[in-house]
Amino acid sequence: MSRSHEATIPPARGFSSSSGGGLKTSTPASLELLYAAAAASDPFEGIASAMSFTKHLLMHNCDVWTPDWYNPTQDPQLGTTIMAVEYDGGVVLAADSRTSTGTYVANRVSDKITAVAPPYIYCARSGSAADTQMLADTVRRYVTALALETQRPATVRTAAALFRELIYQNKSRLTAGVICAGWDPLNGGQVYSITLGGTLVRQPFSIGGSGSTYIYGYCDASYRKGMNREACIAFCQQAASLAMARDGSSGGVLRMVCIEESGAQRLLFTEDQLPRGWQG
Amino acid sequence: MIETPTHTTEPIVTGSSVLGVQCVDGVVLACDTLASYGSLARFQRITRLHQPAPGVVIAGGGEYSDLQQLFRITDNIFRQEFCQEDGYELSPRALHSYLARVLYGRRSRMDPLYNSLAVAGKGRFLGCIDLYGTAFESEAVATGIGALLALPLIRKQWHAALAMDEGVRLLEECLRVLYYRDCRALRSVQVAKVSDSGEVLISEPYELSNLQWKVAQAAEEV
Repeated sequence: MSRSHEATIPPARGFSSSSGGGLKTSTPASLELLYAAAAASDPFEGIASAMSFTKHLLMHNCDVWTPDWYNPTQDPQLGTTIMAVEYDGGVVLAADSRTSTGTYVANRVSDKITAVAPPYIYCARSGSAADTQMLADTVRRYVTALALETQRPATVRTAAALFRELIYQNKSRLTAGVICAGWDPLNGGQVYSITLGGTLVRQPFSIGGSGSTYIYGYCDASYRKGMNREACIAFCQQAASLAMARDGSSGGVLRMVCIEESGAQRLLFTEDQLPRGWQG
Repeated sequence: MIETPTHTTEPIVTGSSVLGVQCVDGVVLACDTLASYGSLARFQRITRLHQPAPGVVIAGGGEYSDLQQLFRITDNIFRQEFCQEDGYELSPRALHSYLARVLYGRRSRMDPLYNSLAVAGKGRFLGCIDLYGTAFESEAVATGIGALLALPLIRKQWHAALAMDEGVRLLEECLRVLYYRDCRALRSVQVAKVSDSGEVLISEPYELSNLQWKVAQAAEEV
């Protein structure tokens, strides 16, 4: 690995700058992340921090004055259905396209599958739209810097660990559930689920968002190990359309991203292209 | 003695919007066939329209059990009128007034029937009532989130020579918009037409067509 460009591109602060053959599962920027988290937790730094401090106090039932316009229940939410399935050679991510503010559909064609390290690592977002957008942007920033520094693409596990670190350290401030999935040469297709509290779990498939509650039974009954890419796509189509039919906070179109060694492919399924369940 | 409320003030199973438009040859009412349980689309083939007597149709949103009770109340009032045998029929306007009093009376006892209703009848009558008992007649009526999303559309398209078929198409377009933008809406809908002379036609539930999703391709991220 050539390091001749080191002088012109200063390495990102906190990243390990050691070389070495093969991929290392690095623990990048944990120190920097702690600094970032500490800064965010200072209650008197900026409106955003003040608001999160207010939320913190409200959560602990403290008596705190809130302005009239402060209504976190109307915060744009990705009340949603997201899922990801791993197969030999890649992963499939799927998400609905509804963003709601209360009962109004603020965006009926949103894209909840966001690139973290395109074309190999994507994430599916659920929870607060604002929180998850910031998280994805932040993780993308660190992963990009890491790839530049180490001269190889980041692993899916690294990206997932970054999500986990950010969500866990800010758990009282964030409402975010993320499924981070992708392909890397070290471990092939992988699906990692990061829940609200910051738990990181790797699973062969994962479902998330409010709509997922309606399809646990279906997924448990239908999932088989060793499905190929087409079977995974059909599984996602069937499961997601069942969830979107029953969950008021999910709907619109079904977006999918298939990630393999050859790259990422985006798919789009409208209502008429999805299987229909019983309506009654 | 303390009167305990017989219903909770918090709705559990709810219907969403109801739409109505007054046409030159009658009135059209439309709504979807969904009763939601919070965010769960629990009952997807119920009817929120009701014809208690020839020449009158009522439709409602809000708590579904209260709506069923209101359907029963209207049936009863027409049954009483029939039994009077005095040759008089309850006009749609009279029913509208009666229901408004019922709803107002319940709200005054802090025990509301948690609904928003639309009443349509012969003679091109169209009126609406809310859970407080606020009642009025109008050429265009929409309840729930439809009042925010659909009412402006109906008002824009309304004109004095609007025919009932045109009115149906107009309400279908509004139902489409609600299907896009209301989290608690369903594709399966029902329409009721009441002609000037009192002929009532309530359709079977049917699915909205011509939905526009082309914009999804344009809205992709990286």
